[in-house]
Amino acid sequence: MSAIEIPYNVEERPDTGLYNAKLGVWLFLASEVMLFGALFSAYVLLRVGAENWEHGAEILSIPLGTVNTLILILSSVTMVMSWASLKMHNFARYKLFMGMTLLCALVFLVIKGFEYSAKFHHHLFPSTSTYMAIYFTLTGLHGLHVIGGIIVNGYLWGPGAGMWQTEPQRFTNRIEVAGLYWHFVDLVWIFLFPTLYLLPGK
Amino acid sequence: MTEARHHEAHHDDLPFWRRYIFSTDHKVIGIQYGLTSLCFLFFGFCLVMMMRWQLAYPGQPMPWIGKWFGESRMPGGVMAPEFYNQLGAMHGTIMVFLGIVPLAVGAFGNYLVPLQIGAQDMAFPKLNMMSYWVYFCGGVIMLASFFVPAGSAQSGWTSYAPLSVITEPGNTLLRGQTMWLIGMVFLITSSLLGSVNFITTIIQLRAKGLTFMRLPFFVWAQLVTAFLLLLAFPPLEAAGVLQLMDRVAGTSFFLPSGLVVSGKPWVASGGGSALLWQHLFWFLAHPEVYVLILPAMGIVAEVIANNTRKPLWGYNSMVWAVLILGFLSFIVWAHHMFLTGMGTAISSFFQTTTMLISIPSIVILTALILSLWGGSIRFTVPMLFALAFLPMFGIGGLTGLPLGLATSDIQLHDTYYVIGHFHYVVAPGTIFAMFAGIYHWYPKVTGRKLNATLGRIHFWGSLLFINGIFMPMFIQGMAGVSRRLYDGGASYLHAQHVLGLNRMMSVSAWCLALFQIPFVINFFWSLWKGRKTEENPWDATTLEWATPTPPPHGNFATIPTVHRGPYEYSLPGSETHKDFYPQWEPDHVAKARA
Amino acid sequence: MSERHSHDISKHVKIYRAVGAALIVGTIVTVVAANVHLGIAVGIIVALVIATVKGSLVAGYFMHLFSERKLIYGVLGLTVAFVIALVGLIMFSYRDQQGHARGAFPVPQQHVVPHHAEAEHVP
Repeated sequence: MSAIEIPYNVEERPDTGLYNAKLGVWLFLASEVMLFGALFSAYVLLRVGAENWEHGAEILSIPLGTVNTLILILSSVTMVMSWASLKMHNFARYKLFMGMTLLCALVFLVIKGFEYSAKFHHHLFPSTSTYMAIYFTLTGLHGLHVIGGIIVNGYLWGPGAGMWQTEPQRFTNRIEVAGLYWHFVDLVWIFLFPTLYLLPGK
Repeated sequence: MTEARHHEAHHDDLPFWRRYIFSTDHKVIGIQYGLTSLCFLFFGFCLVMMMRWQLAYPGQPMPWIGKWFGESRMPGGVMAPEFYNQLGAMHGTIMVFLGIVPLAVGAFGNYLVPLQIGAQDMAFPKLNMMSYWVYFCGGVIMLASFFVPAGSAQSGWTSYAPLSVITEPGNTLLRGQTMWLIGMVFLITSSLLGSVNFITTIIQLRAKGLTFMRLPFFVWAQLVTAFLLLLAFPPLEAAGVLQLMDRVAGTSFFLPSGLVVSGKPWVASGGGSALLWQHLFWFLAHPEVYVLILPAMGIVAEVIANNTRKPLWGYNSMVWAVLILGFLSFIVWAHHMFLTGMGTAISSFFQTTTMLISIPSIVILTALILSLWGGSIRFTVPMLFALAFLPMFGIGGLTGLPLGLATSDIQLHDTYYVIGHFHYVVAPGTIFAMFAGIYHWYPKVTGRKLNATLGRIHFWGSLLFINGIFMPMFIQGMAGVSRRLYDGGASYLHAQHVLGLNRMMSVSAWCLALFQIPFVINFFWSLWKGRKTEENPWDATTLEWATPTPPPHGNFATIPTVHRGPYEYSLPGSETHKDFYPQWEPDHVAKARA
Repeated sequence: MSERHSHDISKHVKIYRAVGAALIVGTIVTVVAANVHLGIAVGIIVALVIATVKGSLVAGYFMHLFSERKLIYGVLGLTVAFVIALVGLIMFSYRDQQGHARGAFPVPQQHVVPHHAEAEHVP
């Protein structure tokens, strides 16, 4: 008995125009929208119900936050360029761009770690106030997603890249799907940054 | 055309552990889910049988097994109130998250959906395997929570803050409630991965000719269920993380300012909202109850169509109803919160959407009932369970109405009326449908039939005693007996005249347990000694009956093409069967014309 | 076929670069706007609008959503609707709360007496 062939893993199904993993990752991202949406709803409710709410700029470092935002944006650009390189059959450029994406992600985490340790040094912990609680929770969960992305992208840059030799279109699809996830991580940060760092307090 | 994976071994050559333990075959995974979930259902039932002793004979030592639980849980064999609460919280959690959903979706869904759509497996077989093992880990964590020093979670399956936060907090993981939260994260992750798989499979892997309006209703039910799981679970995952932070990291997401516990101010930053937990919890938990019922309705639809030898009445309306039901289920959640001090405007909103959602429910139930009219009914054992589902779900649904209206809910909220209501939908509702499904598809999975006599004993005994447990609850509830009272209300002054019913309910529960014995015996005995069947013993029309029995890895030797709708019973056209026209049989008229 | 594909992609590459530049500009704008004292409500709205524009660029171009299938739009539309329902209904229920009103949404209470420890119960 031969191995099972799942159709539409690589080529698109005619009536939906999608291959399986693309639909799958969009569904997953929909669930992630609900996850971060719920956390944002927690932020909104806690903030509205609070007598006082910290002014982000006084506690968090806007320069570091801005740098991190720009880094993630850059990583999104390099991510989509890595996919485009594969579409143009340029594996070397793919490696370059994916490598840059990984580098940006690591720098992001390093800066984040620096920010966290600075908070702890100033005795600002999640238990200090609801503002700090939601700050650490939102950025912490986002950070976990960055780590997840590093693992996936790292695999696709390193050991997983061998698939380009045997099944190039399937590999390209994988990069597209990984890219969709990565752009989502960037998208969440685009909302997190102003919400936590820039909004005025009360 | 994609390159086949040359390196992947032929399936038959795989070692045992890859074929049966870490299998990626949806049928093996379905059976894994099925056996695991049935064990959890049995365990959850045991928990409540213990609770029912305390309710029937409050303060009296439990015979025989009272001494097994140690002096902290059952001093002198008498159930401590904290232990009662633990049993209650874990009974609910285990039945809902470890029992029914894995059985309805993980077992029945996984096994049948690829078969019914003519696919060789799910879209993401490895993800499917991961889903099962993550569920398994979550279950282990939940069970392990019983063995930590202070016992398991004990704040209800609803884990309301602040009680759930202040009960044995600390930056250790060895606390029941903390393990509950971690277990829930595992279970939610398993569900999310599973729902991505189901939706992608149903949309992308349907066989040629299988349009959406030719899908068996069971597949529609699973599709909507998967969307509910996908979009409703994440807020609870978020809330679980927040509660974990409150318990372990000392945050105050759900702790209001000025909280005083046992006369002492609680040390935390405050500023949180206990209501936030309720909103996020019920945002999931309401769609969750539709996750519990929709697969059951799907199973009942299949069994009814098959055993009336008639197409389902109103298939199109059933499809629209289930889609609308799924959508509305997201915006009714705060009918669980009518007594939290919500204002009249917001209460009216949720009351209205709740009344609206009863309409598609009734449409589906009515269509199923009307499907019986004019049918040649075969009273097989699956049909008995499917028929019983109809009035039982009807009672469950009707008793939901006074709960969904804010004013009448004032009297009934948090009473035994609520327990009666939701158990009617889930116990003689969903669980009966699950039994119908087991009796119906057992021949497909094993190649043997379950014994019908034992099946009838199982059915009649279960029907009688399950009503004996839950019907009196409406009486108790209307008299004002609150839920979650460890002595069943004995220490209050009011409603004493209805507490005598507790004994009858407990005896019914224990008798119900006895009547599951014929089922368990039947289930295992028939694996070896049951009457062997041919491929399509029920003369059914849907694609799962087109495979060899049991279906091999890859299901279909050649992928079938679908030529017609799912319930062409007693309609002319077939050249091989007298009273049904299977979906996969070629269209002879069109062929003749061609 | 791949030749045509290459041309398509190189056009896209130009768009990606442009979007990247726009995102950088948007980031700078939002940081600058935060320093201007616009008041709480206006400040929130401006920040969210800029974030939404940036997010739409990422979703539309990097995630190819602007050229994506209806099915994906449908799933996302449903999701966004439910997030709005979640946040909106929670806020609405908070605002419509009986008793003592707090926060940014003062609710005129005509019939309910706020509870204090010292207050007499109105018969």
